[in-house]
Amino acid sequence: MYNKKLKIMAQTVLHTADSRGGADHGWLKSYHTFSFAGYYNPERLNFGALRVLNDDRVDGGRGFGEHPHDNMEIISIPLEGSLEHKDSIGNVGVIDPGEIQVMSAGTGIYHAEYNKNKNVPVKFLQIWVFPNKRNVEPRYDQQIIQTATHPNELVQILSPDKNDQGVWIHQDAWFNMGNLEKDHQVVYNFHKKESGVYVFVLEGSVSVDGQKLATRDGYGIWDTSAIEITADTDARILLMEVPMEF
Amino acid sequence: MEKEISILVIGAHEEILTVILRLLNKMDNWNAIGVNSCEELIKQCSGKNFRVVLLGGGLSAEQEQAVKQYVVEKCPDTTLVPHYGGGSGLLYAEIYGALKTA
Repeated sequence: MYNKKLKIMAQTVLHTADSRGGADHGWLKSYHTFSFAGYYNPERLNFGALRVLNDDRVDGGRGFGEHPHDNMEIISIPLEGSLEHKDSIGNVGVIDPGEIQVMSAGTGIYHAEYNKNKNVPVKFLQIWVFPNKRNVEPRYDQQIIQTATHPNELVQILSPDKNDQGVWIHQDAWFNMGNLEKDHQVVYNFHKKESGVYVFVLEGSVSVDGQKLATRDGYGIWDTSAIEITADTDARILLMEVPMEF
Repeated sequence: MEKEISILVIGAHEEILTVILRLLNKMDNWNAIGVNSCEELIKQCSGKNFRVVLLGGGLSAEQEQAVKQYVVEKCPDTTLVPHYGGGSGLLYAEIYGALKTA
């Protein structure tokens, strides 16, 4: 149940799109919501267990050569173009817009990611969530996101439960995505009172409990149990519920 | 001349350890060495005061606990930092954060 009186206690943090860190390697352009690689801002280290939110654009035919990861839940969501993946535990695949990929790096894994197309850039989000357990067995999965068939709804795309909807990770986290038409309103109820929710606007403009957000703005809210989201234009949003203490 | 910031990295995954050491030693005033067991860590820490011990991946829960216990009890001037991600992404932020508290 959405209760506006509870908003009095809520805490929030706003990260506008133009306040993000950036990296331009020519073939790779990336915006970092939180400190990453050469971008270090001690005020922007994480939102609870959400540690990395990178908004990447990779030129045609280019990509990240084989490199290692360990002890991180790594989620990739293509927005435009196609992303090719190959890893050291035998997975080879392509993910397209409308899909989500998850990799639990655990004890250690090598992988490579390339733009599948030679002439068209690929744009994708790479999201890292701290695991709730170190040194798990590495694993990989990818699934289709059902937002296209459920407009004006929040569709769960990730959870901690392998039997629940979407992919799963080693953390008490729930991700939802929604395609909202202008003036449509949705309420998101937190799964856990210890959680915070980070709203990232992929397209368009929305208001979250009255806070106006534009494309690629991020807004974290915690110490509450529900948020109300209104689409100020046609909009596409990603909600990431994560534990604030972990 | 000895480098200013000494870092000891422990991790069981040899290739990841190599990558982390390469990245750390690219920094002008950081000097990082790596070990892959608690016994080696104790040997290194017995002869030198490290500013930071970075707890890499691939160790068992018991090994991690042994490292934590040793550093807390025997190396009061050393900051222990668990490493996440296995590469360049979070590495520098982890060390900068440790140096702020060291």
